[in-house]
Amino acid sequence: MTVQTWTFIIVGLTFALYIGIAIWSRAGSTKDFYVAGGGVSPLANGMATAADWMSAASFISMAGLISFMGYDGAVFLMGWTGGYVLLALLLAPYLRKFGKFTVPDFIGDRYYSNVARTVAVICAIIVSFTYVAGQMRGVGLVFSRFLEVDITTGVVIGMTIVFFYAVLGGMKGITYTQVAQYCVLIFAFMVPAIFISIQMTGNPIPQVGFGGTLSDGSGIYLLDKLDGLHTELGFAEYTSGTKSMVDVFAITLALMVGTAGLPHVIVRFFTVPKVKDARKSAGYALIFIAILYTTAPAIAAFARTNLIDTVSNKEYTLMPEWFKKWEDTGLLTFEDKNQDGKIQYVADTKANELTIDRDIMVLANPEIAQLPNWVIALVAAGGLAAALSTAAGLLLVISTSIAHDLIKKQINPNISERGELIWARMAAIFAVIVAGLAGIYPPGFVAAVVALAFGLAAASFFPAIILGIFSKRMNKEGAVAGMVVGISLMLFYMLKFKLGYFGGGGKEDWWFGISPEGFGAIAMLVNFIVSIIVSRFTPAPPKDVQELVENIRIPRGAGAAIEH
Amino acid sequence: MNNKNLDNYWKKNLRYLVILLSIWFIVSYGFGILLVEQLNQIRLGGFKLGFWFAQQGSIYVFVLLIFVYVYLMNKLDKEFDVDEK
Repeated sequence: MTVQTWTFIIVGLTFALYIGIAIWSRAGSTKDFYVAGGGVSPLANGMATAADWMSAASFISMAGLISFMGYDGAVFLMGWTGGYVLLALLLAPYLRKFGKFTVPDFIGDRYYSNVARTVAVICAIIVSFTYVAGQMRGVGLVFSRFLEVDITTGVVIGMTIVFFYAVLGGMKGITYTQVAQYCVLIFAFMVPAIFISIQMTGNPIPQVGFGGTLSDGSGIYLLDKLDGLHTELGFAEYTSGTKSMVDVFAITLALMVGTAGLPHVIVRFFTVPKVKDARKSAGYALIFIAILYTTAPAIAAFARTNLIDTVSNKEYTLMPEWFKKWEDTGLLTFEDKNQDGKIQYVADTKANELTIDRDIMVLANPEIAQLPNWVIALVAAGGLAAALSTAAGLLLVISTSIAHDLIKKQINPNISERGELIWARMAAIFAVIVAGLAGIYPPGFVAAVVALAFGLAAASFFPAIILGIFSKRMNKEGAVAGMVVGISLMLFYMLKFKLGYFGGGGKEDWWFGISPEGFGAIAMLVNFIVSIIVSRFTPAPPKDVQELVENIRIPRGAGAAIEH
Repeated sequence: MNNKNLDNYWKKNLRYLVILLSIWFIVSYGFGILLVEQLNQIRLGGFKLGFWFAQQGSIYVFVLLIFVYVYLMNKLDKEFDVDEK
């Protein structure tokens, strides 16, 4: 069977499964809709969190990025996993004990202020919208490349599926579809990785094969060979990287803290029954994420070695079929500058003749390694699962923010349970449509803004939540001032150095040598400092808020907390 | 539960956090970033050790840290009688 037939079968089956789950798990109450009734088991929640967290970027782009960045790729690997330690130790158990529905709920109650609540709602909506647009785009890309429909049709199909289970099932539907999506995506990621690891190193475990010797009989370690190839072609050693140490440090920190501050991840810990479960569930989530995140750097190194071996200094006319196929998409281009008919792939941009889009590495890998057609189809289904699960989680945050934090808590507190649920569904429909439009007509700055989402989350939510739990003295003046200053500073830096406003500036103008991607770390520190200083000069929070803080610090009574 | 007891529970919790987060910092920012060049002189099979910590080792330690925390806190909750029934 052809790749396309296989893709139709596998993608069709997975979609039928998601819709089946959506119908089975319809939401009956707002509690079902917002937090899946608060009764999800820690293991299921761990899987759902992993699928929620791992987006099209993790599945499709990350291994490709690492394969071009070498050691520097560690910023994503550590940055996007280390945040779970912060979540498990500093946030999840206390927010679970607090027992409400959303992050703005916590900020609003803890800082006894609707101003703080509104600032948090705005942050949550900005962060989630920027992130979701990228996911819809990912759905469209996978559809257009593997099923040969145009991107618009692809996005519309994706939107319809998400619409089904996010609008019908709310958090309950999303949770159980995400469990299924995790299984699909991890299987799709691991199968080609294991195949390639066996081919290249003779070891079926990619994490071990990564550090093993090549199976071509030379007895050379894979990474040594790769370093050698890199040096030969003028690139920096694969295991050394090119970014400055201070920038690697800052980016890793910004991504970790941003992860711990993302509302769609935090809200998952409201769905388990107990504080104990929230802690354990963060651990499960990280195991499920780590399976993919420790495999990705291995795939990156395999793909890089394979690629250089296949193309470097070889006759253009002898290139395999996949080369021509990706050339047609424009994601791979060859220009014979010195007219010798061979491909020179080197670091020097003047002599280099081959440009490769980073995104194609994971998608092209099975073809490069000549794996069977069903494996290639499986990768398409995996990419879709990753994009759809993340999109659904984000859409839920947007609809909850509108229905619960704005309408119920501020505009119309007397709204009935039924009325609130209708609002939540309408907000979800609205969010799906806006996200779909952003996927069809992507604003030019999508890539810049996705990085911004982490910086924003790091600069706004993280300090406000941490201080709300660990400092009884922190008051509304401090928290609001910190969030506003942190976010503004982050926005200013991104606008200046990413988009060229406020006079723009290049690499040499960066403050302390830190890139916009890493600046969230600095903005977060500024938020902490501003919050602490302002709170010292303004009145302490009222007695009942101090009692609330004492209450969330002990686990007992969590079951009761969610009832009101 | 009285205030003194609560204070002790909280202090012990904070002590666990400081220890676990120090390990979190050392394996990632320490071994994976700040000391990466020194550690790269040592080899672990085909890996340079610093590179291994940056792309593999730190992630394994993160997973362990969370489960150690779960274990310690479950014990602490029981000891101070604040666990969920």
